[in-house]
Amino acid sequence: MSAASAKPRTASSGKAERGPAMDFASLGLNIVGVAAGVAIWWALTGSGVVGLPRPPEVLARFIELLGSGQLLRDTVASLARVLTGFLLGVLLAIPVGFAMGWYKVARALVEPYLQFFRMIPPLAIIPLAIVTMGIEETPKIFVIFLASFLASVVATYQGVISVDRTMINAARVLGAKDFTIFRRVVVPASTPFILVGVRIGLGSAWATVVAAELIAAQSGLGYRMQQAQLYYDLPTIFVSLFAIGILGLVMDRMLQAVERRLTIWQERI
Amino acid sequence: MTPKIVFDNVTRRFDLKGGSFLALDRFSLDVADGEFVTVVGPSGCGKSTALNIAAGLLKASGGEVTVDGKPVEGPGPERGMIFQQYALFPWLSVRDNVEFGLRIKGEPPARRREIAERFIDLVGLGQFADALPKTLSGGMKQRCAIARAYAVDPVILLMDEPFGALDALTRVQLQDQLLETWSRERRTVMFITHDVDEAVYLANRVVVMAAGPGRLQEIIEVDLPYPRTEEIRLSPEFTAIRNRVWHAVYHQQPAQSHG
Repeated sequence: MSAASAKPRTASSGKAERGPAMDFASLGLNIVGVAAGVAIWWALTGSGVVGLPRPPEVLARFIELLGSGQLLRDTVASLARVLTGFLLGVLLAIPVGFAMGWYKVARALVEPYLQFFRMIPPLAIIPLAIVTMGIEETPKIFVIFLASFLASVVATYQGVISVDRTMINAARVLGAKDFTIFRRVVVPASTPFILVGVRIGLGSAWATVVAAELIAAQSGLGYRMQQAQLYYDLPTIFVSLFAIGILGLVMDRMLQAVERRLTIWQERI
Repeated sequence: MTPKIVFDNVTRRFDLKGGSFLALDRFSLDVADGEFVTVVGPSGCGKSTALNIAAGLLKASGGEVTVDGKPVEGPGPERGMIFQQYALFPWLSVRDNVEFGLRIKGEPPARRREIAERFIDLVGLGQFADALPKTLSGGMKQRCAIARAYAVDPVILLMDEPFGALDALTRVQLQDQLLETWSRERRTVMFITHDVDEAVYLANRVVVMAAGPGRLQEIIEVDLPYPRTEEIRLSPEFTAIRNRVWHAVYHQQPAQSHG
């Protein structure tokens, strides 16, 4: 999620857009890098220098968990939480961000809360959420909702306030009134910012769900790791970690593809 | 004949920290129907401020602007505006940009398309109707913006240094195209520029403004026939007027109390 501080213009893939030759070369290097990492892992664990499971053990456990359906159940449980919380967060963040950017009154009313809650890690809300919302799904989804809401709302707000004044004036002299300007100029012009916010939101939602499951859950990838920890079951922890990393990466790439498609009109530097 | 646009003692102040800044001081000007007026002056002379007030994008602090006798109270499609930065909507194709104002007017799709087509052809962008602005050169972007302004059929064109960001060759081409369209349709044009040659080449009258505070300095008649051609541009008469305007712009007396 290094896109956090970058402007949307340069956020998507930067140097990767140099043409197919470049892409194949870097893909090849990616594979070499991964293979080298696995080789080092294998060498270190095989020689007994570190007491971690070796790649074949992890692979065997992966196949076992996949075969029993356990891995799929955990993944679905985590994904369901993340997507519910994330969608609710983004769906609320976009109108609130727009309202803050468009109306000074809304900005002044909401900003203190936003700045305050941004400073509290979402996980720190869990104890309160469990006490007030019980141990079912609600507190976890709430925390994920909060994490993705806070990340997306700031980006949306930034997007609205940085819409080019001249473009708004151009719409006004063509006869557009406030609502038309909002719908036909402000919304499309701030889309790139919103999408960056949504990506950051998804990243923090995913990070939060796993941590939330470590603390309080009866299912999910985080819960599985927490259980494995009790039985010193390192291969299962490894499988869960890989699943978390890969799923996060896949979701980010999917959003990136959507982003590229929706902002094709942008002049990239 | 009653004037189309009347600036009557228009004053505009901008509030700054610890005081205010007088951008435009008691500016008065009548622009006749169908007239082509250019406005030149150093930066800070209030030329853009005056134009924005006429467009209804800025409010006057004192005095008023009337169009056809009615005070300007906000922007309206009868006053088209063209900006130096083009201000196209980058997510819309050339066609959709040109149709933008027509859509707001509530024209039905078929009619919108027909009108847009006509103006896209007029500015010579027929081949690029479905292109996104990012694929166009600066001159083509400005031509698209001009088509967008024409499409809503304004009676007045307000142009804020429209060719200022273009290279010299493109600028001359667009000047000639603009004059050609103007002489056919006779819209009233108020055109701001910092280029003295451009001001004289295009105008019936050149309005010279002075800075600190922004105010009217002098109005110079351009007594040259249309169509303006390269011959006119190179003629001694052109040079004489150009020199007068140049002198008025670059050898201004400092501000003194006047009224």
